[in-house]
Formats: sequence, structure tokens, C-alpha cells
Amino acid sequence: MSVRRLAANQPESFAFSPATLEEVKVWIAKYPAGRQQSAVIPLLWLVQKQEGWVSEPALRVVAETLSMPVIRVLEVATFYTMFMLEPVGSHALVQVCGTTPCMLRGAGDLISVCQKKFGNRDHKSADGKFYWQEVECMGACSNAPMAAINDYYYEDLTAETFEGLLDDFAAGKTPKPGSSIQRQGSSPEGGPLVLLDPSLYDGTRAKPIKTLPNAPPKAPKTKVPAP
Amino acid sequence: MVGILEDKDRIFTNLYGLHDWGLEGAKARGCWNATREILAQTPEWICEQIKDSGLRGRGGGGFPTGLKWTFMPKQESERPHYLVVNADESEPGACKDREIIRNDPHLLIEGCLIASYAIRAHTAYIYVRGEYVHERERLEAAIKQAYAAKLIGKGNVHGWDFDLFVHHGGGAYICGDETALMESLEGKKGQPRLKPPFPAGAGIYGAPTTINNVESIAVVGSILRRGSGWFAGFGRPKNSGIKLMAASGHVNKPCVVEETMSIPMRQLIEEHFGGVRGGWGNLKAVIPGGISMRMIPAAEAEEALMDFDDLAARRSGLGTATMIVMDKDADLVKAIARASYFYKHESCGQCTPCREGTGWMWRIMERMATGEAEMKEIDMLLDVASQVEGHTICGLGDAAAWPIQGLFRHFRHEVEERITNYRAGKPHVQGATLRAAE
Repeated sequence: MSVRRLAANQPESFAFSPATLEEVKVWIAKYPAGRQQSAVIPLLWLVQKQEGWVSEPALRVVAETLSMPVIRVLEVATFYTMFMLEPVGSHALVQVCGTTPCMLRGAGDLISVCQKKFGNRDHKSADGKFYWQEVECMGACSNAPMAAINDYYYEDLTAETFEGLLDDFAAGKTPKPGSSIQRQGSSPEGGPLVLLDPSLYDGTRAKPIKTLPNAPPKAPKTKVPAP
Repeated sequence: MVGILEDKDRIFTNLYGLHDWGLEGAKARGCWNATREILAQTPEWICEQIKDSGLRGRGGGGFPTGLKWTFMPKQESERPHYLVVNADESEPGACKDREIIRNDPHLLIEGCLIASYAIRAHTAYIYVRGEYVHERERLEAAIKQAYAAKLIGKGNVHGWDFDLFVHHGGGAYICGDETALMESLEGKKGQPRLKPPFPAGAGIYGAPTTINNVESIAVVGSILRRGSGWFAGFGRPKNSGIKLMAASGHVNKPCVVEETMSIPMRQLIEEHFGGVRGGWGNLKAVIPGGISMRMIPAAEAEEALMDFDDLAARRSGLGTATMIVMDKDADLVKAIARASYFYKHESCGQCTPCREGTGWMWRIMERMATGEAEMKEIDMLLDVASQVEGHTICGLGDAAAWPIQGLFRHFRHEVEERITNYRAGKPHVQGATLRAAE
């Protein structure tokens, strides 16, 4: 369990931008009537996308939008570690995965790079451009070590390639996410060893299937009574 | 040929994203083929076929998928039925569902339609972990395509009204537990619920719900098209089928690959993952499927088969079949201490044994890693681990205890050696004088 608190300095107010408001409507419409509380995590995420972090006035606005108690929104915002509760760097939020599979392949080097470049974790760098964290497994273990920078995954990193990436971000560029050693997705280095049969891709599998295997001779469709 | 499975039998033909992930590409690779015929059968027939195929849940639990579906009420009542797909893949080591979501999303969407029909649900949610932003965007786009082509939605060509929505979380491992996932989907903290009631009785919004892993759902269409016998023909009895497997850690070519169940672990590592770094002789231990599974040493990895029963007999488990390989240079104690930190971080704080125990175990593991712990603390640690295991609402407590138990079961001598060496170099430490006197 991690203990998380709201930042000491909070802005005066928060309002959804018109573009975000459109997305808010899309999310709320996904859930049954009266169950709009389900949209709280997506809405907090939209807040974070708009402002870079989740502030206390924003929690109130989200609570009002979803007609739920503010304390419930606060609970959610502090429970889920993806929500940044204080302002982050202007150029990049760097999240280095430090969990065992990445650690075994050199996440420690990436952490040292961040430490050297930006100082202590969970703080903004001196120039205010970066904010870095060590996070728990991001689910890209076959492409370890990796870091998520501004939501997208940069994989198969070394200290050198990682430093290069960070320099690009500092210069205001957005490098292309993915493997830094040009692996295609999670295929093995040097190219896939399987899925080489061309008949998989020539439409053979799309040919109509006359009868399904094990299908009963005459399949009368049972009508499920309407609710 | 590498491995056992032939290309012609592969389900995830776009696993590496080399081809079009979109609707046209997916159709050309056989997705959405004969879906209408499948939905013309009865739900009972579909459940029966999936049962016959021997498909066991691919999220780690290994519960028979077809059987799970039959737990749903046979008639719809005023409470609508729901299908929820668990795409909250957060266990260290596990990285397979991501490939399905981003590269073969239509297989998943088709599976959702078929599974929803089989459990008489008209609505399904896919709960994607929050960090998978790219994957979520891809999935949303694929769903949009399916709606536009009237493959899903109200009044679709398959004759079963069906709405599919993507939901996302906020980066919590605990939400991979089915009841915590339901809480999270309802907009609350992801703290697991007590069972019973089971989800099939009262799940999300108090309605009957079935929760399945992404891979379990995504293979359903292919099983029905090719026949349950085809799927059941792979692997050993009760462990049948084909499965995505992956490696991370000290292998030469970590990757994700589809293979038959019960493939020998050594063959999988050597043929698909480029072998262990420095050769097979350099292998020290393997964590077979996600970090929560107990590790097995090299000698056992030599003989192990990648299936539920063989690995359970070795007091480990298949989990998600996404192994973490560690060679002789790896610091096992440190690796497990890091895993303990992960569990401390991810404990939801609801049950005391887990909330307190995970932190306690982590702090001791850190001291074991440096060697500054005391010898008697090893037994104390194992005692605490056994008190956490099985005394919590969900499986996180168990999952936190297992890696530690696995470490000490096979490598206790290494930790003891480390503690002894730490003391030997520091004469002021209690115990060192005894050694000097010998």
C-alpha cells in the first residue's frame, strides 16, 4: 500500500475544456443509467490529460459531474497510483519500470540515468522540464527494460539510448515509441522464427466454412425469452 | 522447425504486428469467419464445445472456461447479464494480453460477442489496465470498425444485440482480481469483495457477471471454427490447447510466442527464446509464469513441462506461462526482494495480514539481500509468509508469499551463506567471534 496525499499548493479552480467535456460525455454514456460513478477513473484520467495532474478543485468538479460524494473521488484518486497528485514536468513524465523482469535486464542503469539527470525521484527536475518515478510492472516484460514517457512505452533500452531519448524530450521533440533496437513488437531480436507460412495471410482462412465442426445436424435456434 | 506448434495451427497470426490489425486484415486471416453460423447454434452448444476443448482460463487460475459460463443463470431476468474481460495485465513477467489487444483486437471482439451470446449477455466491458494507453487506443479503434461494419451493436448482422465498451483502470495490480476489478469498474477503490456471492450470481451492478481473461476470450472463435477436438489435441489431457508463452530475464531473445501446452520448458527456452544467456549450463532458476509462481531450480527446469499439472507437482504453477529466467549471475535474493516490494506497493490495504505482512516481508527480504539479517529470521520470515498465505480475501497475499517460499525451498543455503559472509567481514557483529575461535 502506498500512502498518497494531495499537494500542499492547490489551484483556485478547475474546469473541463470544451474538448475534454465531449470525451466526458462519451465515457458517461458507456455505463447504465444511474451507474455514472463507473466513469470516475476515466474522468480523473481526462483531468490529468488536460492539466498534467489531479488537483483538489478537479476532484470536486468530477464529483459534481458524476453526482457522487467528493470523499469517494478522493479515495479513488489516492488509491490508484497512476494519478499524479502534484504538478509534473513541463516536457515529460518519465516512469521507469523497476520491477524484477526489468531489473534483471538493467533497469538499475536507467534509474541511475534519471537520478543523475534529474535528481531524486518523485520530484521535478531543477529546470522544471522533467518529473521521474520508478513504477511497478508496466506489462512489457519481454521488451525489458522499459520506461513509459508521457504514456507511451519506450522499450529495450540501454543507458545510452535512454539518455538520447531524454535529450530529445528536453529539446521539445517526441521520439517514436517502441523498441529502441528495432524489434517488431515482442518478436525475437533478429526477426520472427514463427508465423512464416504465407498461407496464413493469403485469405485461405477466410474461405467460407460450410458446416461447423461438431454442429448438430439441424441447429434450431432457441429463442432466449426477452427480459 | 522451432518448437512443436506448426504455423497452420496458430490462432494469433498477427502476434508481432507485422500485418494489418484492422478489420480487413483480420477478416483475411480468418477472423469473423462463420461467426453468424456459430451464433445460430444454441448457447448450450457453445458452452459444451468450449468444455470439450479443455480450455482452461488463461489468466493464471486455470479454471475451465466453458464450465464457468454454465454458472450463469439460464434465463435472463430483470437483471441484465454482463461479460467482463480482464485486461488488467499487471503481474511482473506477464506481457501476453498486450499483444492480443494491440495486434489482434478483432479476435478479442469476436470472442466477446460469442461469449456474451453463450452467457446471454447483451453488454460487455473490457477492463484494460490504465498504462496500456496505446493498446486502449488500438482496441477502441477496432471496436469502432466492428460497430461500423454492423458486426456488433444493436441490430447487427449476427442477430444478437450486443454492446461492447472499453473501460480502463488507474494502474493497480489488485484490479486483476475479479472482484476488485468489479469494484473498480463500479468506480470505487479496487478492494476485493468476499465470495460468495460469486460473480455469476451478483457481479457488477449486482447483476450476473462472467469475468474472463483476454486470451481465454480471444481463442473462442477459433476453437469453434476448427472444432473442440482440434484444440483438445494439443498438450496432455486436462492441460490441452495452445497458449501464448513469453520469456523475460536472462534469455538471449526474450519474446512472446504461441506454443502447445505441455511443451518441455527446456525446448521452449532453447528454441524460441534463443537459449539461456551463456548456455543452458548457466541457468540457475526459472519462475515459470508471472512472479507470483514459486521458482524452480535449473535441474527441475530441465524436466519441467509447461502445463498446469506438471508445474503444480513441482510446487510451482503455470500461471500465465510468462516465465522469468535467471542465470548464475542473477542475484536471486535481490530479485525476490524486489518482488516483495512490488507486493507491498500493490497491496490494497483491506486485509491486515497482507497490508502488514507484505511490508514486513519486504523489509526482511531487503536485509536478506544484503546479508545483514539474522539467521533465525529466515524461519521467522517463512512463518510470516505462511501466516499471510491463505488468510486474505483475495489471492494477493498468497502471491506475495509464494515467491519467498520458492526462494527458500531451493536456495536457502545461499541466503545462509550470505548472512555468514556478511558477519565474517565485520568482527564486531555477534557471532563472528565464534567463527574466529574455531
